[in-house]
Amino acid sequence: MSSVKHPMPEQPAHERRRNFSEVELGYDEATAQAEAARCLQCKTAPCRQGCPVEINIPAFIKHIREGSYLEAIEEIKTKNNLPAVCGRVCPQEDQCEKLCVLAKKGQPVGIGRLERFAADFARNRPPRKTAPPSDEPAGKVAVIGGGPAGLTVAGDLARLGYKVTIFEALHAPGGVLMYGIPEFRLPKDIVRTEIEELKQMGVDIVVNAIIGKTFTIDELLQEEGYDAVFIGTGAGLPHFMDIPGENLNGVYSANEFLTRVNLMKAYRFPQSGTPVHIGRRVAVVGAGNVAMDAARTSLRLGADTVYIVYRRSEEEMPARQEELEHAKEEGVEFRLLTNPVGILGNEQGWVKGLECIRMELGEPDASGRRKPVPVPNSNFILDVDTVIMAIGQGPNPLVQQTTPGLAVDKRGNIIADESGKTSKEGVFAGGDIVTGAATVILAMGAGKKAAASIHEYIQNKRKRDRN
Amino acid sequence: MYIIKEKRELSQGVKLFVMDAPLIAKKCRPGQFVILRIDEDGERIPLTIADFDRKAGTITLIFQEVGNTTRQLGMLNVGDSLLDLAGPLGTATEIEKFGTVICVGGGIGVAPLYPIARAYKEAGNTVISIIGARNSALLILEQEMAAVSDELIITTDDGSKGRKGLVIDPLQEILVQKTVDRVMAIGPVIMMKSVAKVTRPHNVHTLVSLNPIMVDGTGMCGGCRVSVGNKNKFACVDGPEFDAHLVDFDGLMARQRMYHDYERGSKRCGGDCACHQ
Ligand SMILES: Cc1cc2nc3c(=O)[nH]c(=O)nc-3n(C[C@H](O)[C@H](O)[C@H](O)COP(=O)(O)OP(=O)(O)OC[C@H]3O[C@@H](n4cnc5c(N)ncnc54)[C@H](O)[C@@H]3O)c2cc1C
Ligand SMILES: Cc1cc2nc3c(=O)[nH]c(=O)nc-3n(C[C@H](O)[C@H](O)[C@H](O)COP(=O)(O)OP(=O)(O)OC[C@H]3O[C@@H](n4cnc5c(N)ncnc54)[C@H](O)[C@@H]3O)c2cc1C
Ligand code: SF4
Ligand code: SF4
Ligand code: FES
Repeated sequence: MSSVKHPMPEQPAHERRRNFSEVELGYDEATAQAEAARCLQCKTAPCRQGCPVEINIPAFIKHIREGSYLEAIEEIKTKNNLPAVCGRVCPQEDQCEKLCVLAKKGQPVGIGRLERFAADFARNRPPRKTAPPSDEPAGKVAVIGGGPAGLTVAGDLARLGYKVTIFEALHAPGGVLMYGIPEFRLPKDIVRTEIEELKQMGVDIVVNAIIGKTFTIDELLQEEGYDAVFIGTGAGLPHFMDIPGENLNGVYSANEFLTRVNLMKAYRFPQSGTPVHIGRRVAVVGAGNVAMDAARTSLRLGADTVYIVYRRSEEEMPARQEELEHAKEEGVEFRLLTNPVGILGNEQGWVKGLECIRMELGEPDASGRRKPVPVPNSNFILDVDTVIMAIGQGPNPLVQQTTPGLAVDKRGNIIADESGKTSKEGVFAGGDIVTGAATVILAMGAGKKAAASIHEYIQNKRKRDRN
Repeated sequence: MYIIKEKRELSQGVKLFVMDAPLIAKKCRPGQFVILRIDEDGERIPLTIADFDRKAGTITLIFQEVGNTTRQLGMLNVGDSLLDLAGPLGTATEIEKFGTVICVGGGIGVAPLYPIARAYKEAGNTVISIIGARNSALLILEQEMAAVSDELIITTDDGSKGRKGLVIDPLQEILVQKTVDRVMAIGPVIMMKSVAKVTRPHNVHTLVSLNPIMVDGTGMCGGCRVSVGNKNKFACVDGPEFDAHLVDFDGLMARQRMYHDYERGSKRCGGDCACHQ
């Protein structure tokens, strides 16, 4: 048996760097079965410990191996409402696949790729009819934010017979899946289909509803008759560096840049109404997944040269290995140990250069990573006309500011325990709004736990009220 | 779906819609705005809530046709609907009894000014309003403003109505004559900038409502950032009203021009299509 994962076919780098179609093409049936055959069907299934939503991994892989793909997806969906999404964007190397026994001697089973295969296979079949629960609902729950955390809570509670309403501030649910992660990594049709299935389970989605403005949490609980509220508002507040020139035309936050392109489809301007500016030479500041997405998107919009500017070295880059490699193959250039100190503009107020300073690695800091320190007198100017800041996001404060009694930490994240309980009765939270920017699957894992504890909370309350 | 209940043309290229929007009508306060999208391919654009009727569940929007989206909007009629209407957004105006308040409105800026002036008046302030336009045909909401003001002064650039000149001329005179407790100015950036310049030496607390380019309107993109007192603020959540004496108006004007060339090249309805000929 092969000690490496079956590779997944992908668009060649020189072609894909100029289009928005999906980069990775997925397994065909034969490859999926061959990959499934690598799984040892371990009794203890250590891989499962690595999956925050606890998918029964060997069970679904066995179905694939036997060619029962619909059974495979049924198995996955008992735990995960967004398998086509997770199969694509989960950092599997840090989750399920990290704990796979095969990883000790060679490469782990391609669990994510198999999950994706099953989900894509089922996507082309008519969806299974799940009639919305007809009898008296178990309770009414409001979910704030339609990202992975909120969608998971909604799905789990709907399955338990609750009437769930998701309130989403934007015009489309999905959170970062819709506005952040680009089409070429996660086609928006796939996100839409998975959300459509939730609607068929009876979940209501109210878009254009900004909680804190359109409604407050207290109103939902006291006037609108909700038994509990889940807050999954994410980490949507973009950080800037506070360096001179950041307000010049041609400087974007990664959020704005990616929102214009993904949610507003600016790559189809003028058929779509929203423009995006892309220069010939782009500098993306930061080296996480968000930065890689911004850099690769810039290439696809037609930029000649795209730099990643990062103050540490390659070793410390937070992006997934796969994303980093894809970016390199597509021609993104890396300016490491380099930190911006200012953005230069022309008379019309447009970016004409990024002034940087060279860095070197000093002593390890609190996070254990070696701290970058500037090399004196090493300033130089990177010749660019667009700068995209991808240096992280914080919590949007709208809900916290308008919800008395809801405790937040000093960064502004909502404080919630393991089960999603906050300091306010009947209010639960999870995902990036609690942890700070993390991953899709961690947000979903938090959603699962919160759904269970909301269920327990409402049922206990009902019992108390009856007595 | 958000249905257009009423449509009027206030002056050339300036239209008024009464929109069915019960949730927004219930909550909105003067100074707040909405973000709308006409159709699936549409841009998200912000418009101020120029009036509201909580009982009828409606809000009033007044807009000037300046580009693709506003022109496309102007072609819609009663019974048509918008795909998206989100709000109320932004921080509401601080309304208290301050004493004497001057409300200065230029062009389309009179629309967002009207509910604010009315609220000042209802709170017991003496309200002096100065509204201006290039010519008399472009003046809007004259009667409405008169009804909520103790005194209404009109200026036009060409003298076709009221005083000939700019809104800052009467403003300057009043500031010399009496104590003014607050000034609220809404209009073109260049007008707001000159109002700030006029009130600064008199030390009158002056507010302006800014209109940078926005996308989400919820604090998520940072595209609406403006420098206020040398600090970056997101106009959609921290504003849109700011202390006029701290705003970097030149920076705002430069950023508003960001997509100028793109908009001109846009082939979506820009008024050059068959329906406009
Ligand atoms: C560009 C980018 C690429 C990424 N790539 C990956 C990846 O490859 N793999 C991975 O695992 N993770 C990735 N992540 C991280 C991942 O997307 C997030 O960790 C995850 O989406 C968090 O989910 P969430 O549900 O907590 O919040 P979000 O996805 O942020 O969703 C929050 C939702 O709440 C809405 N909302 C906010 N405030 C309000 C309000 N007041 N009222 C109503 N609605 C509100 C927002 O509009 C949004 O739709 C990436 C993130 C970005 C930005
Ligand atoms: C808080 C706020 C309240 C506003 N209230 C009103 C109002 O009550 N009535 C009114 O007529 N106008 C109002 N505006 C301005 C209005 O949003 C713009 O005129 C409109 O977006 C122009 O779109 P367009 O496609 O027709 O024109 P475009 O051709 O796209 O642009 C014309 C000019 O409008 C500005 N603009 C373009 N897109 C946006 C955007 N998404 N957000 C903000 N500005 C943009 C730019 O400066 C541009 O140069 C407001 C703006 C803000 C930020
Ligand atoms: S959801 Fe993510 S962590 Fe769980 S099995 Fe799938 S790829 Fe692995
Ligand atoms: S640990 Fe690896 S080999 Fe074992 S069951 Fe899980 S996926 Fe299969
Ligand atoms: S419009 Fe996006 S942050 Fe204000």
